[in-house]
Amino acid sequence: MRARISDLKRWYVIGAPFLWLLVFFLIPFFIVFKLSLSDVATAIPPYTPTFSWSKGISAFISQLDFENYTFLFSDPLYINSYLSSLKIAFFSTILTLLVAYPMAYGMARAPKSWQPTLMMLVILPFWTSFLIRIYAWIAILKPEGFLSLFLIKLGLISEPLQIMNTTTAVYIGIVYSYLPFMILPLYASLEKINPSLLEAAQDLGSQPWRAFWQVTFPLSMPGVFAGCLLVFIPAVGEFVIPDLLGGSDTLMIGKTLWTEFFNNRDWPLASAVAVLLLLVLIIPIVLFQRQQEMEREAGR
Amino acid sequence: MKGRFSWFNATSITFGFAFLYIPILLLVIFSFNESKLVTVWAGWSTKWYGSLLQNQGLKDAAWVTIRVALMSATVATVLGTLAAITLVRMGRFHGRTLFSGMIFAPLVMPDVITGLSLLLVFVALGFDRGFWTITIAHITFTMCYAAVVVQARLQDFDKSVEEAAMDLGATPVSTFFQVTLPIIAPSVISAWLLAFTLSLDDLVIASFTTGPGATTLPMKIYSQVRLGVTPEINAISTILIGIVTVGVLSAAFFTKRQTDRAERERRKAFGATG
Repeated sequence: MRARISDLKRWYVIGAPFLWLLVFFLIPFFIVFKLSLSDVATAIPPYTPTFSWSKGISAFISQLDFENYTFLFSDPLYINSYLSSLKIAFFSTILTLLVAYPMAYGMARAPKSWQPTLMMLVILPFWTSFLIRIYAWIAILKPEGFLSLFLIKLGLISEPLQIMNTTTAVYIGIVYSYLPFMILPLYASLEKINPSLLEAAQDLGSQPWRAFWQVTFPLSMPGVFAGCLLVFIPAVGEFVIPDLLGGSDTLMIGKTLWTEFFNNRDWPLASAVAVLLLLVLIIPIVLFQRQQEMEREAGR
Repeated sequence: MKGRFSWFNATSITFGFAFLYIPILLLVIFSFNESKLVTVWAGWSTKWYGSLLQNQGLKDAAWVTIRVALMSATVATVLGTLAAITLVRMGRFHGRTLFSGMIFAPLVMPDVITGLSLLLVFVALGFDRGFWTITIAHITFTMCYAAVVVQARLQDFDKSVEEAAMDLGATPVSTFFQVTLPIIAPSVISAWLLAFTLSLDDLVIASFTTGPGATTLPMKIYSQVRLGVTPEINAISTILIGIVTVGVLSAAFFTKRQTDRAERERRKAFGATG
């Protein structure tokens, strides 16, 4: 197709999605950045713009106001929220990988006729509302919930467990809701591995465990990488899980941003929080895009 | 990959799926509970479904949500399909890296950032916030999922079929509608369904971009969940889970039947010539 269609005609196809994303995805970030340099006000919308572009570049620079950013760095609440989000996202990504890998591995080894059904069973929860799946865990984890009742009945514990409203509950919530995002890329890369490679390793005297570490695991790295990014990046900015399952001491930046925006109605400060969050995530996001492009090139 | 399907494999699959499904099953079962206590069983009842029907606020929210989802899924599928064609068939062009960045970044972007930035652009453009702003916001993030779904299908079908059509004198536009679109149709339908359910589920982006008078179902559910676990929420959740399950299973069935038929026809064609 490439050789036949002129550049101008190509833009009939490219134009609509390109313009849409430019206006509603890319340009908004500049507006967020601009607002993060403004002051909060009691008005609708609740801020006063501190500068306009019209007065020339030197006037523009002298008007820049980094007050919101200096505030973010002076109050430990924000720094701690960022650090704790990164920590929670990092460890829950590793936990998700540990749960997902044996599943994806088992799926890839399952009889061929089962595989579409198993895939379906992984995809189905991914299509089911996030909010509902988190809600389902409240009834399990709360002190008088299913988990405590079950363990008391078994005689394993005598007092109800205190998991609800703790960081542990947030870990469980993240692992549970992001599990399909990890399994699918892992399964895709495990399923592609040629079994004769493993047979060769074993024929040459390699123990199954060693063959796994030296053959299977390295070959599944693209899936591991994609899965980890798909879990880590959104988990850093997660709001619903820490809000519904976490306690008051569970600091996560997505929740802090939400509170600044909806409860304190401080749009400029919320924007500054968003800008810094985006700066933290920009490298993983670029890595993710590169990885997806490479997959696409390899798929041809 | 093939190999021995060991006990270890079977166990990890079983435990994995138990972990994925037990919470959902408990939620569904306890929506039929007689008692108001969500964790103590007191006999079968459908009274919580009956009380849903009395709840006008919930019904209004459901109606807004369905309208937003229908509208945004349709536009997102069109834009997403165009974006997929761009990614797979257009080769290099100026702005390609930017374009693919704008397709892949929204897939992982935290909702709070997407929500806040969309709200600010609506304020800057002077849009009245409500139904339309939620719809535009949903189109923006669901079109990227639609693009990824369609792209996967476009990539692995034989490009020479398109080239043959154009060699026989078909214009690019008629080639698309008569050759390409019928082949990628199942993936376009899946893309629409995915966009629809993502829109149905979204809480965070809708909360940022809504205005007075437009409350979606997830926003309604969220405000009730914050007050505690109630059987009504279990009932509405069960209905939503039911809709999604039927949708996904019928899409899978439809796709499978289509690929089976294509396979049969191919065999028949080869049988006839051979």
